[in-house]
Amino acid sequence: MGCLESLPYEVMMSKITFKEAREFLSRYPEKYDVQPGYRIFDLNIIGVPPIRVAVDGESVIFPYTKPCHGTFLIRVRGAEDEIARLRAST
Amino acid sequence: MPEEPSQRTALLVMGCPKVPVQTSLVLYLAHRMKKAGIRTIIAGTPSARQLIRVADPDGHYTMEMKDLDTTIAALSEGKLTVTDSYIFVHNDAGISYAATIRFLTDRPVTAVIFGEEAEEVSQEITFPCRIIAEPATHNPMPLKHRLEEAAPWDA
Repeated sequence: MGCLESLPYEVMMSKITFKEAREFLSRYPEKYDVQPGYRIFDLNIIGVPPIRVAVDGESVIFPYTKPCHGTFLIRVRGAEDEIARLRAST
Repeated sequence: MPEEPSQRTALLVMGCPKVPVQTSLVLYLAHRMKKAGIRTIIAGTPSARQLIRVADPDGHYTMEMKDLDTTIAALSEGKLTVTDSYIFVHNDAGISYAATIRFLTDRPVTAVIFGEEAEEVSQEITFPCRIIAEPATHNPMPLKHRLEEAAPWDA
């Protein structure tokens, strides 16, 4: 089971909509569309397709949705393994 | 001779429990499903599940309950299969959960939409999904009637 608290994460935006998350992540030159349920850091991404995930240097930025608090944009640094998996999946 | 049990497995997904009608509608739908012999799983956050557990301590109206994140993981890994899903939605996050369940199960999904912004929330749903919506917050009767019209326990 995923636990965000175990990650070295930074909250870039909080309590936004899935559309706002998609629009914000579209600004990054390196971005990928993943399917609902895509597993990253033992978390399943929740969202309406297309779900955008961005790579910024050695960081990955993705939406994280909670039922009561909406969507957060999470940045995790040193995410080389997840970035490699994203690049390989396209 | 008793009838064969239904092969249907219905998933009821609870959103944030801050709007009062949700718990009562989930209990009602679960009860009707259970009476019809349908395996019924309720998935929700710990608070949402506690509301159900306290209201139905002996499980008269409900069958199984699961953690929401665990359920999503099980669906994505193919460890859980359901035949139809009912997602209780009153905010943007609920839409995201409905889309995710629709994609992961590839089976019919019904969004039961409530709360003051039910109409606006309904308009944000762009994926295949049956919508049952009423701007109900405290009074569950309008949505109860809509559920009875749809009668998913008879499908």
